[in-house]
Amino acid sequence: MNDKELIARRVALELKPGNLANLGIGLPQTVANYLPHSVEVFFQSENGIIGMQALPEIGMEDPYLTDAGGRPIGAIPGACSLDSCVSFGLIRGGHLDVTVLGGLQVDERGQLANWTVPGKMIPGMGGAMDLVTGTKRVIVAMTHAVKGESKIVKQCTLPLTSTRRVDLVVTELAVIEPNDQGLVLKERAPGVTVEKVIAATEGLLIIPPTVPEMAISPP
Amino acid sequence: MHKAIALVDAVQKIPDGASVMIGGFLGVGSPHRVIAELVRQGRKGLTVIANDTARPGFGIGLLITAKAVRKVVVSHIGTNPETQRQIMAKELEAELCPQGTLAERIRAAGYGLGGVLTPTGLGTTVAEGKRTIKVDGQDFLLEPPLKADFALIGAKRCDYQGNLDYALTARNFNPVMAMAGTTVIVEPAEIVPTGVIPPDDVVTPHVLVDHIIEMDRSHE
Repeated sequence: MNDKELIARRVALELKPGNLANLGIGLPQTVANYLPHSVEVFFQSENGIIGMQALPEIGMEDPYLTDAGGRPIGAIPGACSLDSCVSFGLIRGGHLDVTVLGGLQVDERGQLANWTVPGKMIPGMGGAMDLVTGTKRVIVAMTHAVKGESKIVKQCTLPLTSTRRVDLVVTELAVIEPNDQGLVLKERAPGVTVEKVIAATEGLLIIPPTVPEMAISPP
Repeated sequence: MHKAIALVDAVQKIPDGASVMIGGFLGVGSPHRVIAELVRQGRKGLTVIANDTARPGFGIGLLITAKAVRKVVVSHIGTNPETQRQIMAKELEAELCPQGTLAERIRAAGYGLGGVLTPTGLGTTVAEGKRTIKVDGQDFLLEPPLKADFALIGAKRCDYQGNLDYALTARNFNPVMAMAGTTVIVEPAEIVPTGVIPPDDVVTPHVLVDHIIEMDRSHE
C-alpha cells in the first residue's frame, strides 16, 4: 500500500453515516473509494451538487455534471443541484459536517496554509478559505514532508487559508490532533515508532503515554 | 417585447472596457458562443468577474489568450497557466476572492445590499485593507458588493419570455449573476414555448433577462 492510499484509508474511518462531506481535489477525493459499504455519506461538490458519485461508466459523461475540478461525475438518486450561493451557504453556514483537504503546512496552532506559494504559484483560493472557515470538522490529508522538509511546522511561513484551527491531520506517518495546548500525536502509522514521527516533524508534538498504531479502512 | 437577438448583434452591445460577469464553473454552464464572439469581434479591456478562467482555449480562457481582458475578479485560476503568466508579467490585473465570498458579493449587488459580513478571509491576505466589523462579539470581514455592466448567462432552457432553468452543475454562478448585471444576455441550450418551464421550476425570472441569443442554425 502506498502512502497516499494509507492516508486515504485512515481518513475514511472519520466519515460517519449520514455525514454531508466535501472532499478536495486529488488525494482527499480518493477517500470515497475506501468507505465501508455500511457507511452512507452524502458528498457535496462546491460547484453545485449534493449526492455526487464516481462516473458509473466511461461513455456516460454528462457535460453539465462535473466535480469541482471539471471532471465528469455521476449522481445518486436524491441528488440535488445547488447554485453557488446555496452551495457556499451550506459550507459557511455550518451545514457541512466534514471537509477533507490537502495541505502545504500545518503549524503548532493547528492553522493551515494550503492555497498559495508566493512567487511560485498563484492558483487562487477557490473554495478552500470558506471550507476551512465554515465546515464543522476540518481534516487535513497530506504527506508528512515534501523534499525532506516537514510540513508540520512551528509556524506557517506560507499564507494562511484561515485562522481556524483544523480538527485532525492525517499523514503517512501519524494522526495528529491540534488542541489548545498544541499538536497531540494520537496515532502512528503501522510499523512507525513515536521517535521516527518526532524526528520527521518540525513542530513540537505533545506525546501522550500511549500512542496506538493507526487503524485503517480494510482493503 | 422582443428579446431574441442574433449573436453578433448581442455581442456588439458590449463595448471595449465593459465589466462583464460570466457564468460557469471551469466552463461548465458558460455562454460559450458569446465568449467566442467577443474574441472574434476583437473586444479589448474587459473586466471579467467569474469563478475562474477555465483553461487556455476553452471558456473564459479564450478571452484570456486573446488578451481581451484587463482585469479579472475570480476565485481560482489554477487551471489556466496563461492567466497566471499574464498576472505575473503584469499584463493582467487580478483580484482573487474566496469562492463563497465572490458569490455573496455578487448577490449583495443584485439584491440591493451594501456588502457582506463574512468570517471567510479573516486573518489572511484577503483581509488586507478591508474593514473588520464586530457583531455580537464575533469578527466579520466587510466585503463590498460586486456589480457589472453585463451578465452573460448560460442556461439550459429559456422560454419566449426569458424564464430560465439550469442543468445540474451548470447552474453555479448563473442565477446570481443574472441579478447583478445591468444588462443580462442569456445563451440557452434550448428555447422552448412559454409555459413549458413550469412556474415552480423557473430559477431565473424573465424580468431579469434583456436579450436571448438566437439558436445556432448554421448546421441546417
